[in-house]
Amino acid sequence: MLEIPVIRWGKEYQSMGKTAVVHFETGETLAQVNEANGGLIKMDMRKAKKAREVLRQFSIQELVDKVAAAGELFENATLPLGNGEQSPDDFCRIQSATTGLPEHMCKFNMTKNAFVMKNMGDILDALTRGLPYDILSNGYGQEGRGVMVSYQANCNASGWVLPSNSPGVHTLWLPVIPLQIGLVMKPGKSEPWTPYRIYEAMAQAGIPREAFCLYPGAGDSGAELGGAVLESCERSVIFGGQATVEKYEGNPRISAHGPGFSKIILGDDVVDDWEKYLDLMVDSVYLNSGRSCISCSGIWASRHTEEIADAMAQRLGPIVPLPMSDPNAGLAAFTMAGAAKAMNGQIDGGCDSGAVTEVTAKYRDGDRFIEQERCDFLRPTVLHVSDPDDAMANTEFMFPFCSVVECPQDQMIRKIGYTLVGTCLTKDENFSRQLLDATNIDRLNIGEVKTLQLNWLQPHEGNIIDFLYRARAFQNSPPPAH
Amino acid sequence: MSDSPLDQKTAQAKETLDAHVRESVEWHFNPETGCDYWLNKAKTLDFDPRKDIQCFEDVKKFPLFEDEDLRGGPLDRWVPKGLAGKPTYVFETGGTTGIPKSRVVIEDHWIDYENFSETLPDEHFPRGANWLMLGPSGPRRLRLAVEHLAQHRGGICFCVDLDPRWVVKLLKKGKTEEAKAYAAHVIDQAVTILRANHNVQCMFATPKLLEALALRLMDDGGSIEDAGIKGIFAGGTEFTPQWYRFCKEELLGENVFITPTYGNTLMGLACGKPFDIADEYKITYFAPQPRAVIEVVQFDDYNKVVEVGETGRVKLYTFTKELFIPGFMERDEGEREPAIDVYPWHGISGTRPFHELLTTTTVGVY
Repeated sequence: MLEIPVIRWGKEYQSMGKTAVVHFETGETLAQVNEANGGLIKMDMRKAKKAREVLRQFSIQELVDKVAAAGELFENATLPLGNGEQSPDDFCRIQSATTGLPEHMCKFNMTKNAFVMKNMGDILDALTRGLPYDILSNGYGQEGRGVMVSYQANCNASGWVLPSNSPGVHTLWLPVIPLQIGLVMKPGKSEPWTPYRIYEAMAQAGIPREAFCLYPGAGDSGAELGGAVLESCERSVIFGGQATVEKYEGNPRISAHGPGFSKIILGDDVVDDWEKYLDLMVDSVYLNSGRSCISCSGIWASRHTEEIADAMAQRLGPIVPLPMSDPNAGLAAFTMAGAAKAMNGQIDGGCDSGAVTEVTAKYRDGDRFIEQERCDFLRPTVLHVSDPDDAMANTEFMFPFCSVVECPQDQMIRKIGYTLVGTCLTKDENFSRQLLDATNIDRLNIGEVKTLQLNWLQPHEGNIIDFLYRARAFQNSPPPAH
Repeated sequence: MSDSPLDQKTAQAKETLDAHVRESVEWHFNPETGCDYWLNKAKTLDFDPRKDIQCFEDVKKFPLFEDEDLRGGPLDRWVPKGLAGKPTYVFETGGTTGIPKSRVVIEDHWIDYENFSETLPDEHFPRGANWLMLGPSGPRRLRLAVEHLAQHRGGICFCVDLDPRWVVKLLKKGKTEEAKAYAAHVIDQAVTILRANHNVQCMFATPKLLEALALRLMDDGGSIEDAGIKGIFAGGTEFTPQWYRFCKEELLGENVFITPTYGNTLMGLACGKPFDIADEYKITYFAPQPRAVIEVVQFDDYNKVVEVGETGRVKLYTFTKELFIPGFMERDEGEREPAIDVYPWHGISGTRPFHELLTTTTVGVY
């Protein structure tokens, strides 16, 4: 039996409490993870300063190089895991088996994480806007233009309370270690695999283990552990639902990442050519099984919406679940009991509205909800929504789901609400200016970019540099006379 | 069945329990000594308790006790006529919203804690030393019980103000920052007491508060041991094996003794099996028989106990002069444990919130 220890600043710890990570289809226990307790995390965080100290023994450039080497190991090497070891194929298989994500999607996400690690230098250069690394390391320094700048770390270690839905999310914490800040993770209950594998890859690449803590867990214990991470790290990131976002809103120590409500907007100037963008729209909804916050959940246009919805439904409606090992599998399983059924009920309830029509039903041979013994599936669903104020106009579910919303262009920006990724198809300069000024859109794409096509050189849900470091005044000589 | 010394003790304990049950039923269902609640309840039963209840197993003829009956007045209905006129306390559970459940007590909390006192090692809980009660105050049995324990052992008990109902309200509203501030306020009170030269060497604490106190003292460069504490007892389902180990290895250090307890306002206090490293921090509780009994029963039949080592729901019985509870389903589950020499009756380990009630119970709020 694979047994995964708690990692306490690089030291393995076997707990008295263990929880099973199980195969979502068979119920077989694939691993036992050791669960810490909240007080133990608080105790460990008292030593967070040492993590930063040990990382500062290396330059940021050295750490960037080591992370790149780790990316190679993560993608291609057989690495130790707990009391066993894991090849890249083992990794994809077990990740699929516990999360319900098809194996080829696990492989895709693995490649994505490796890409970010291998290109960390470019990413940091972009996120810091070319700031010389030693200014971050030393706390101050002169930029090329002769101006003194100072950046102070907000924390010695940052906490990450991670989800299980999509392993691509791990790209977000990868810059932490090269930024010389300790890394504290509470992995998702069915996805300890990526954090542990990257930890091991980074250690094998020469990054001190003393910079890492991993506290796996599930259920009530998992909630306690996540709470302790948030409470004791000076800067933390948590992933959750809308309630989680609202709970931590305004808390400068905690960045809560919730639903994305990502969208595609067709401007009046291009909407008559909507067919040209059909592939882009379908891929944005369907790829990665619609599991990401960057998956498109809404397509907004002022006209042709019924035709768009119908064309989308023709492509997505017939898709059925396939075995996880099938390279054509496009649908992830819901492994949490009752989750898919609840979503299905919400969608059915939403369809009671006179403004909402489910378009996929006529192209789907069977029900949307497929109940199996140990997991469930939801088949792709496209709704047409004729009223932008209807509740179903702006919602998100963790499967290929999309509302095609009819809305006049001059109301769109106001009505779309918060939008993590907004792909806006328009050449109208006036509309583009309004979109650029819209503060409810986080990542703005003006042009033919799928919502899932992230450029890693761009910040995501705020710049991690600004979260982990703060710009401040620093002087070591009097200013010029004035 | 073998006839080992433990078996003999177990058989003796069963005889004692059966005799105690007969005495208890005679007391509570005798019109001269029983309380109105049980005397009225007897009229609704299809058996005569005084005739038909002759041993512990017979108690299962009673329907399960519904603790909803404990809500509201008049409280006199619970006072046995045989104890009428004696000074009476009322202790409450719940009550964040609505009417709390109430239990009247005359001397039970004293007796329970005097019995518990006999299990505390003097080297870790020195007689004459003072105590800190770091737990809920207000209409709680625990506060007065711990105070009596301290006095019974020749000490004085220092207490803090802690209203768990307010904490539950904060948590239900998602006001975690305010809840943390309140916890800090409670810890401030404890630190003030410990630094005021009061010779406090013994403590009761909830796991969360003990943890917060120890970390606060560490932040200030001290420790629980430096503060003079030698012995602590703590309770609740949050006292897990992992937490026990964490306490012994990291939070308290090897010189501070800690022992787990389990109980509630109805039953009293169950003691933990004395620490043995061979148990790998498994925590096993034994009821204070014959005054109270814990059974681990099947989830689908609350009158059948599970086999040793199997999991079931906690069922409590109380047979004191003041209270008769013929089977109450506690909100916890756990594994049935075999009898041991010092407690020759079955125990329970792994106590945790009953899985079917997990979504409706707020545990460990203080």
